[in-house]
Amino acid sequence: MKYLMTAGLETHVELSTKSKMFCSCKTEFAGEPNSRCCPVCLGLPGSLPVINKQAVELAILAGLALNCKINTLSYMDRKNYSYPDLPKAYQISQYDVPLCYDGFIKLSSGKVIRISRIHIEEDAGKLVHNKNETLIDYNRCGVPLIEIVTEPDFSSSDEVREYVQMLQHLLRYIGVSDCRMQEGSMRCDVNVSVRPADSDKLGTRTEIKNMNSVANMVKALEYEYKRQTELLEKGESITQETLRFVESDGSTSPMRSKEDARDYRFFREPDLLPLHIGEAELKRIKENLPEMPSIKLERYVKEFGLSKTDAQHLIKYRRVSEFFDEVAKLTSDAKTASKLIIGQMFSLFSTEAQKEEFSVKVTPFQLSELVALLSSGKVNSSLAKTTLDKMLLSGKDVTDFLSAEDLKGFTKAELENLCAKAIEQSPSAVADFKGGKEKALMALVGFVMRESRGKANAETAKECLEKLLTDN
Amino acid sequence: MGKIERIHSSLLSREVSCRELTEEYLSAIERDNSTLSAFVTVTEDCALETADKVDKKLSKGESIGMLSGVPMSIKDNISTKGIRTTCCSKMLWNYTPVYDATAYSRLKLQDAVLLGKNNMDEFAMGNTGENSCIAPSKNPFDMSRVTGGSSSGSACAVSSNLSVYSLGSDTGGSVRQPAAFCGLVGLKPTFGAVSRYGLIAYASSLEQIGPMATSVEDVSLVFDAISGKDVLDSTCNREYEESTFSHLNDSIKGKRVGIIREFSQGEHISSEVKEAVNKVVCTYEAMGANVVELTMPELLQAVPVYYIIACAEASSNLARYDGIRYGYRAQGDFQSVHELICRSRSEAFGKEVKRRILMGTNVLSGDKCSYYYDKAKLLKDNICRQFARAFEKCDVIITPTTPTPAFECNRKAESVELLCEDACAIPANLASLPAVNLPCGVSKTGLPIGVQIIGNKFCEALVLNMAYKYQQEAQLEFCTKWGVSQ
Repeated sequence: MKYLMTAGLETHVELSTKSKMFCSCKTEFAGEPNSRCCPVCLGLPGSLPVINKQAVELAILAGLALNCKINTLSYMDRKNYSYPDLPKAYQISQYDVPLCYDGFIKLSSGKVIRISRIHIEEDAGKLVHNKNETLIDYNRCGVPLIEIVTEPDFSSSDEVREYVQMLQHLLRYIGVSDCRMQEGSMRCDVNVSVRPADSDKLGTRTEIKNMNSVANMVKALEYEYKRQTELLEKGESITQETLRFVESDGSTSPMRSKEDARDYRFFREPDLLPLHIGEAELKRIKENLPEMPSIKLERYVKEFGLSKTDAQHLIKYRRVSEFFDEVAKLTSDAKTASKLIIGQMFSLFSTEAQKEEFSVKVTPFQLSELVALLSSGKVNSSLAKTTLDKMLLSGKDVTDFLSAEDLKGFTKAELENLCAKAIEQSPSAVADFKGGKEKALMALVGFVMRESRGKANAETAKECLEKLLTDN
Repeated sequence: MGKIERIHSSLLSREVSCRELTEEYLSAIERDNSTLSAFVTVTEDCALETADKVDKKLSKGESIGMLSGVPMSIKDNISTKGIRTTCCSKMLWNYTPVYDATAYSRLKLQDAVLLGKNNMDEFAMGNTGENSCIAPSKNPFDMSRVTGGSSSGSACAVSSNLSVYSLGSDTGGSVRQPAAFCGLVGLKPTFGAVSRYGLIAYASSLEQIGPMATSVEDVSLVFDAISGKDVLDSTCNREYEESTFSHLNDSIKGKRVGIIREFSQGEHISSEVKEAVNKVVCTYEAMGANVVELTMPELLQAVPVYYIIACAEASSNLARYDGIRYGYRAQGDFQSVHELICRSRSEAFGKEVKRRILMGTNVLSGDKCSYYYDKAKLLKDNICRQFARAFEKCDVIITPTTPTPAFECNRKAESVELLCEDACAIPANLASLPAVNLPCGVSKTGLPIGVQIIGNKFCEALVLNMAYKYQQEAQLEFCTKWGVSQ
């Protein structure tokens, strides 16, 4: 019998705020243990939380990007549980009225993954287990998080993979989070169940906690699918439980079962006021929302005639697409600009972080000047390439590297003269070509290029040579 | 004129130096505290240091504020940087805060002279002072009777003149009831009027820091100093435009005084208290106020509603005391962190605190939450609405503060009667309203009787104005044999 997978995701994302959720301590990753703490994030007696407005704004931004509705009135609640990494013994979160709700994300297949809610909350500290002791680092304690909860709309690990990657891309793109799973700024809990293909009733689900890479998530999902399917085939039942992924052998193992599920005793946080989001505030935040990547992609293809692949390259990183947008405004040949950005400029960077940052010395205006010369035929692509390389190194204008003669361009008459000269001086190549060796033409083109010091356009030179040779 | 103004002018006239004055209080504390247990910690060095600072300013001819150099004390659940803050619990016996509570830092800014930290019911849970982990404070009018609580040491210190005024905290009458038992003026401000930053939380949504003193003027001056917006407390976001002090002597002619039938005719209120309160109402009438009779049967639910909400919040607020980072830790070896936490909490919390944590955990757990906590919240909202309606008909409401004057020590703590002790005080906490206790008479046994004036939200100025007018009219004086001679 065939079994279908059903999965839902809860994703925790650390927000890129300067300070923590309820105090002014810094949020940077790592640092000397317990060096970024104060009475508030340490939960010292008598301290009180004060909500970080930037965190609320970023959460709303995430909500808008994920097509959510925003609650104009939501509440903060206490989630009570005792654990040494949680110094107040409760986490301030949102329970019944989250900030954002009813959103969705569309996968490339067109399938819609519904997002039931996004709420804000604070992170806990970190326990470091040594041989005979456990140490606690509260630097992360109180770092703002959003939790993005989907409906159980996934039916394969591929869909989950695509969703997580899209989410990562989108949240980075709008500047809400750096979404680095390895550093823990993005963590996923996966709920998964299987059921026979002929059944409508969802099976008993298990939850795999704290997945820290997409690859592991896929492995864990596939392992769970197999494990649950095998159990069902043997006629056994699935236990509803919380699991952890065991990295060493790619399996899952139980953390706790439903019987000792925690009762969080939620109630309204009395130390914070209800969260009012006014019309004007929401409007202002909406204006901060950049053009969404999917819309941008469509625009690049339609407006500039870029290939879908090229457009995808450009929208992958927000700064790159913004750079391109600037150049596109200054030139009528955005397509040529896109080639230069994707090809030459992009290859300057090797790491994701560098690509994300896209720190280049050339300004959009400088690039547009080069594009203008290139598309008007005043310089050819190889000269443009070497010039751009120099510009990228120095940050200087295109005119600093091209002589007056370079810029004069190359007239048709000059080209025809050079082509005639090439034919005249390379009889063997001409003979080969006439004998049917098409490749022999390239030797002639090479001659023209050399003679013109690279100013000639290889394509036009080839056309011209062909014409001269066939006419004769 | 209140004590603060008198001290202020004698400091200005150099009749007495701040150090002399402070030493006088310190030696009175040294002499009487072992009997009265008003203080859990005496901060002699801190007091003298501030006193010298004030004397220096005076000798240089610098101007000083009204509260400068005035010896005062603070309930031991209000955080004081570098000064042990115990909540009179074994749990926090060695806990020293690294920061000052906002209310205290505002007084500190004015060079208030801190004599020490006052005794209290453990974590502010109780209304007798007997739940302290040290000896309970004594009622200076009758040593066999309770001071009331939970601000027991504050009431004891001020009424026996071991301190000019004290900051208490009021979650369900904890400032007003001991003020009533000890013949003091005690104000519970509107929720959000005074910053709670640094007040060690018991029931966050109900509690406020409030001043206790021997006169309305003193309470008003201290309230003006500690109230107002604080960026560290989101629920305290209101700036008062005018001081309450400047309105103390406003005319009260035509003010509408509400009396609640459930209290004025309530069977649980003793007849001598009813009579005393009635006399207050008559006095106001004679001064040109109009009396409005109200009926608010919802207030009879106030006590259970209070205990459910307060305990629920307490169970969460006190969960952080786990013996890991600070506070009491049980001795010995542990199999797990869980065991360490359990044993530390079992050994360090007193009986009443444990009872309330258990009750609060219970009313929030699973299905019970909708039976208890959710219902209590609905009833609380209803009480708020009833008060809002009442304040359309009147400007202030007058009730007894307590059903009886101070009662004998060692009453059974389990008795529901003891819980109902706070029936008159609790509604103002549930509805976030300002309320003041004002001494209004003496019982046959010579004990003070208190009247409560409740105002609309943020109407402290009117509440204190009404109180001041009565105080001037009634001219009640309470003296004890203790403390600095007056």
